[in-house]
Amino acid sequence: MGNLLSLTTFIPLVGAVILALFLRGDDAAAQRNAKWVALATTSFAFVVSLFILFGFDPANTDFQFVEDRDWLLGLRYRMGVDGISILFVMLTTFLMPLVIASCWSVNTRVKEYMIAFLVLETLMLGVFMALDLVLFYLFFEAGLIPMFLIIGIWGGANRVYASFKFFLYTFLGSVLMLVAMVAMYADAGTTCIGACGGGVSLLTHDFSSEPFGLLGMTVVGGMQTMLFLAFFASFAVKMPMWPVHTWLPDAHVQAPTAGSVVLAAILLKMGGYGFLRFSLPMFPVASDIWAPLVLWLSAIAIVYTSLVALVQQDMKKLIAYSSVAHMGYVTMGIFAANQQGIDGAIFQMLSHGFISGALFLCVGVIYDRMHTREIDAYGGLVNRMPAYAAIFLFFTMANVGLPGTSGFVGEFLTLMGVFQVNTWVAVVATTGVILSAAYALWLYRRVVMGDLIKEALRSITDMTGREKAIFAPLVAMTLLLGVYPALVLDIIGPSVAELSDRVETSAAAYEAASQFAEN
Amino acid sequence: MLTADFETVLPEVVLAVYAMLALLAAVYTTKDGAARLLVWVTSALMVALAFWIATMDVTEYAFYGMFVSDGYARFAKVTILLSGAAVLLMSQDYMSRQGLLRFEYPILIALATVGMMVMVSAHDLMALYMGLELQSLALYVVASLRRDSVKSTEAGLKYFVLGALSSGLLLYGASLVYGFAGTTAFSGIILAASGEVPLGLLFGLVFVLAAFAFKVSAAPFHMWTPDVYEGSPTPVTAFFATAPKVAAMVLFARVVYDAFGGVIADWQQIVAFLSVFSMFLGGIAAIGQRNIKRLMAFSSIGHMGFALMGLAAGTVFGVQAMLIYMVIYVTMNIGVFAFILSMERDGRPVTGIDALNGYSTREPLRALAMLVLLFSLAGVPPMVGFFGKFYVLRAAYDGGLVWLAVAGVIASVINAFYYLRIVYFMYFGEERDGLDGRMPTTLWVFLMGSAAVMVLGVVNLFGIEPAAAAAALSLVD
Repeated sequence: MGNLLSLTTFIPLVGAVILALFLRGDDAAAQRNAKWVALATTSFAFVVSLFILFGFDPANTDFQFVEDRDWLLGLRYRMGVDGISILFVMLTTFLMPLVIASCWSVNTRVKEYMIAFLVLETLMLGVFMALDLVLFYLFFEAGLIPMFLIIGIWGGANRVYASFKFFLYTFLGSVLMLVAMVAMYADAGTTCIGACGGGVSLLTHDFSSEPFGLLGMTVVGGMQTMLFLAFFASFAVKMPMWPVHTWLPDAHVQAPTAGSVVLAAILLKMGGYGFLRFSLPMFPVASDIWAPLVLWLSAIAIVYTSLVALVQQDMKKLIAYSSVAHMGYVTMGIFAANQQGIDGAIFQMLSHGFISGALFLCVGVIYDRMHTREIDAYGGLVNRMPAYAAIFLFFTMANVGLPGTSGFVGEFLTLMGVFQVNTWVAVVATTGVILSAAYALWLYRRVVMGDLIKEALRSITDMTGREKAIFAPLVAMTLLLGVYPALVLDIIGPSVAELSDRVETSAAAYEAASQFAEN
Repeated sequence: MLTADFETVLPEVVLAVYAMLALLAAVYTTKDGAARLLVWVTSALMVALAFWIATMDVTEYAFYGMFVSDGYARFAKVTILLSGAAVLLMSQDYMSRQGLLRFEYPILIALATVGMMVMVSAHDLMALYMGLELQSLALYVVASLRRDSVKSTEAGLKYFVLGALSSGLLLYGASLVYGFAGTTAFSGIILAASGEVPLGLLFGLVFVLAAFAFKVSAAPFHMWTPDVYEGSPTPVTAFFATAPKVAAMVLFARVVYDAFGGVIADWQQIVAFLSVFSMFLGGIAAIGQRNIKRLMAFSSIGHMGFALMGLAAGTVFGVQAMLIYMVIYVTMNIGVFAFILSMERDGRPVTGIDALNGYSTREPLRALAMLVLLFSLAGVPPMVGFFGKFYVLRAAYDGGLVWLAVAGVIASVINAFYYLRIVYFMYFGEERDGLDGRMPTTLWVFLMGSAAVMVLGVVNLFGIEPAAAAAALSLVD
């Protein structure tokens, strides 16, 4: 089983190729076949990925299941997982069958739709497994293509604007990272992450933190700062952090339900994963220098986007802004750079994957019936849709961070982590918890509670068995992680400890060196 | 001595003699009736020559160093011959349906190819000029092949007048170089152009570079490109966008290294300026274009900017990056033009990009191939076009031109926009009076082949990397 990671990654792609080559026609039977093939493929990928999870040794902080082959120009085809990445891989394989199942009611260009999602899954898995700088970039950027098409072809009324904005915004963010990667390759002589053949690795290479002059200013942290900022541009857009989050609400609102789910649950996590895989371990000094800025940006994101969420008229937009706020906790936790902070950030990303995915599915359920996302068009749904009301309530509460759900653990850990670093940021961010309760509960009240007075809603039907079946695993995971967070923390713990140690020692060494220079 | 010289230039001689014999034969026999046969024979000969050249592996000089056959020239010749043959095959159907399939067409293409082969092998300003003019004169004629069309004759005339201007610049620069170096041979110029360089020599260099910038259509010497691309018959446009671009770019590198390798710092800034100007101008000007041929003209200006970025680095790796970039660029353009050649409505060619509205619903496979090619042109991974960009960025960074690399990636985002707009028409648009479904087999094969190369090349770029590295090394050392 030496190729377990490649196998998992490329199973969906194989499914896509099979669909493209062998499925003809666009009648109901062909559409059904396409959906079943896609569901079978993603489920199979999930089953295979379980072998990775069970074969994974949490105590070992090295990369595991490593595959390493020569590629072009001294680059390597190198895949592997460690405690930080494995759960993102699992999150992806776990969610994709649910995503496919949620598109059962789609009936335009189904074959292409399924192909787009299968290709996207391959690319997302590749991002989390790639252990070569350029290989990572390849997967990271290529993911834009299927997502661009998903928004543009199957999206809502204003889909063209949203898809172009999504593509160009994130593309512009990433190209600077490409230049930084070229610079890193030139500086370190390798693009390899983790111990490679000659023992050279980007993780152990010390990028210069000697200050240098640029356009009459002194760049503190030197080359590390330049590289850090280039990577930051990419990941901050992807994350997205305030103030470069504006593509997200547009993309979410216009994307079809399944597209929104993938975007919120998995694609946004690439930004956070990038910070953990690249920014912190490779540029520890620069991360330390720029951490206050990131912490304050995160705090602003939490408060500001929560306030913006309060006034939204569109359900998807509201949840999109709430996603930005929740990602604020993630960046805050990551740049607190201590064990609790990073643990909490990873936990928050996983939990947000389940919760925001489920919330977008909740919107999708009523959108399929009423074809509107306007909050004002709804009200009193509890009278006709009791099961829906219960599930929506559960995920609203999880979104708010009710203890017992996974949302609580992530927020609590990140706040705890950041409190040790910067009390004021923690104080400001904590107000976000209150605001999130405000917008989420108010949304719930307006959509679900009250009397059913709208004429159009009189004949609305409750969730079907298929829809309930999609939500069941999500409910289970949210609860499970909420009451037993050790399940996650045990796996990520050792790797996170090593990461935070590395940042701490590098930052301390830099401090000592600069003080020595001053004296 | 003379026999050995002719052995060195034998591939060029074979092609030139073939062209003249074919001309005689066609004139005295069936005239245009033989055109179809000539297209096939010419492309077959060009492919055969490409394979023959690919098997050679010694560096030889001929005619007292006027002509060189080294790994660098051979790499370029193989690229030129193969892409020329591909475009010739692609054009056959279009030309015969438009009544343009005259017997002169394949012969002129063959002569232009001879000119390009001489260009890339030139090791002396005289040989350089001869090759360049042979190529250009043949191209002026094919540009105005559609004799009864105002646009086509305008394209030919515009190309001729501006081409003559650039030839004038080149000659003036060459005469300055000759005056100050005392020789036209590159091996002599490089001795004069090192250490304390006379100012006149640098003046000459600037004029020569301006003429080359014109030939590769790098901004600000690009003005002829959109009009000539638009006015010429589409197969001729396809030819302009491929082989001559390679030849001119390769010649550019040949002159700056073989003749002016001692003053890298002096031409480096000119090339960097041309590069950054072309990338941005190509990207920004293409946004407003509705005609796909004009759009491809600006796209080619942008791509030349990226190729020049590799050259601007002033290193062996930079030349290698430029060669790889050009090969990838040519492969992509062959696919895209195969598609453009098939764009017809009611049997008449159309060039407006809004004609592609809703194309993907009717022809999903062809639309997918175009999607791949367009993202490849935009430089989005995992398409091979990305690796072209990656190589030149790496070269620019290694050459100390970080600002150029940063400018390049920003320009690539601007360039992505108009490619995305074509995708938008094909995939997001509602179907309106669409294109004919007909696509000749040759075009289909080239479109699919090119798209497949763009995807599968991610594995190892089909091994062109070591070949380009060897070629670059043979130039710079």
